[in-house]
Amino acid sequence: MKPRRFMAPSAFVWLLLGGAYFFIPLLATLLFSLKSIQTGKCCTLSAYGWVIHNGDFWHTIKLSFLLALETIVISLVLFVPTIYLVHLKVPRLRPVIAFLALIPFVVPPIVMVVGLLDFYRGSPTWFYDQPWGFLVAAYVILAFPYMFFSLDAGFRAIDVHTLTEASQSLGASWLTTLFKVILPNIRVAALAGSFLALAIVMGEFTIANLAQFHTFPIFLQYVNETQAYRPAALTLLSFGITWAAMLGLLFVGRGRGARPTLLAGGR
Amino acid sequence: MASEALRPDLASGRRRLSLAWVGTLPFFAYTLLFLFLPAGEVMVGAFKGVHRGWTLSNIRLLFHEPYIHAYRTSIEVSLVTALIGGAVGLAIAYAAIREGTPRWIRSILTTFSGVAANFGGIPLAFAFIATLGTIGVVTQILKNQLHIDLYAHGFTLFGKTGVEIVYIYFQLPLMILVIAPAIDGLKREWREAASNLGASPYQFWRYVGLPVLMPSILGAVILLFGNAFAAYATAYGLTSGVVPLVPLVIGAYYTGNVLSNPHFAQALALGMFVVLAVMMLIYIPLQRRAARWAR
Repeated sequence: MKPRRFMAPSAFVWLLLGGAYFFIPLLATLLFSLKSIQTGKCCTLSAYGWVIHNGDFWHTIKLSFLLALETIVISLVLFVPTIYLVHLKVPRLRPVIAFLALIPFVVPPIVMVVGLLDFYRGSPTWFYDQPWGFLVAAYVILAFPYMFFSLDAGFRAIDVHTLTEASQSLGASWLTTLFKVILPNIRVAALAGSFLALAIVMGEFTIANLAQFHTFPIFLQYVNETQAYRPAALTLLSFGITWAAMLGLLFVGRGRGARPTLLAGGR
Repeated sequence: MASEALRPDLASGRRRLSLAWVGTLPFFAYTLLFLFLPAGEVMVGAFKGVHRGWTLSNIRLLFHEPYIHAYRTSIEVSLVTALIGGAVGLAIAYAAIREGTPRWIRSILTTFSGVAANFGGIPLAFAFIATLGTIGVVTQILKNQLHIDLYAHGFTLFGKTGVEIVYIYFQLPLMILVIAPAIDGLKREWREAASNLGASPYQFWRYVGLPVLMPSILGAVILLFGNAFAAYATAYGLTSGVVPLVPLVIGAYYTGNVLSNPHFAQALALGMFVVLAVMMLIYIPLQRRAARWAR
């Protein structure tokens, strides 16, 4: 076989097909978002104006964003010290946690929410009836595999033992070591994990729908059911959030082998 | 890695080690509270009767209509989209990686796949309604310009075929993401060696390429199956529950006003868990085999 100098025709056809499948629905959504509600004709920006002036839109997107922030903070507080300790002191536990990180793939959100709803039925209302309690508790579990694999790679790339020894022989306490020495060194991994968690929470529908909390994806579905062209504007916006999170991920992980991954809960 | 002498856990014995274990407790407590106990509730609850006591009737009901039909539909949709998405995804990934294709195409494809694989749920359902729905852009173009009326010929986006078309939108890019590293592992020297020994491209693929890739392909297809099987939001946004997929049937139990028998919803969830656990049991050994060539 001679090395090819030009692209094989079949390769071109396959890539074109893939590109068409990717772009046509997005183009169609863009065209839809520009149609007028009265006439169904192109082109008006009224759908976008409607979104911007919609109180429910701002309310739900703010809620989803704050839930994402809470999920990120709890995840980092819970996972960073754990993975630090595991790398430093109990490497035997690492395979155990890596195995646990696979379990959410076998227990999909729809199964998880059934268990959570039934197990916590009758628990205090500040937890069960509040998105800040119930939803975030579930979202931390959804984010766990992504946070774990991201942080684990981060910790593996640094020399935890030497950094800790150096910090402690200079008189630093455990907390100082964690915040001033370890955290700055795994910043990129923590940021990558946070972007993934953000994208998960902003798009999560299953758990929010079954537990009946009004997050952004629920608002999107409501508009979807009741309006013709306006959901298109929201759909593009939602797509933009996924884009931003993925690009953010690639941007912070430049040259560190960061790969796009598959997120839980969106589907 | 530091030398052994620098490691505090080896130097200072048991006390520090047990402290480190205590430090990991919050994490294990959290997974116990919000993952294992709720999952256990599903598994135990599936065997409970409406008025206390243990029963197998919930499980037995799973094998009757309409529920067995829901499992069959779910498995069929997952299988069809995993196979089609897998085959086409493989072809596209190979097209991007093979010799002759400019290198920048590979990185663009990876980025786009990362986005598309995660573009699911309600927004994706709406994007396809705008494309192939009754007043969708492509439907209208086909009807007005080419005089092909899809909906007059029995096509509908809001049935099983529609769900499959939409699922392939995230199955395809997932396949590309998962299989690309395996295709990278097909070394150029193997092709050259086969070619020097007189093998045709067909013979190369039949005796070298596919056998090496096979564990990775099977593993990826299983991953795709699980991905479609667990999906809820996309089908919900598209059909509002007209197509009887297991996640939608479970969802209807909780979003509806009446919760007649919560233990039956748990049995339905247990059934999903069993299917996915079997998939995982096939996936893990395949993954190990595939890793052999990935060095």
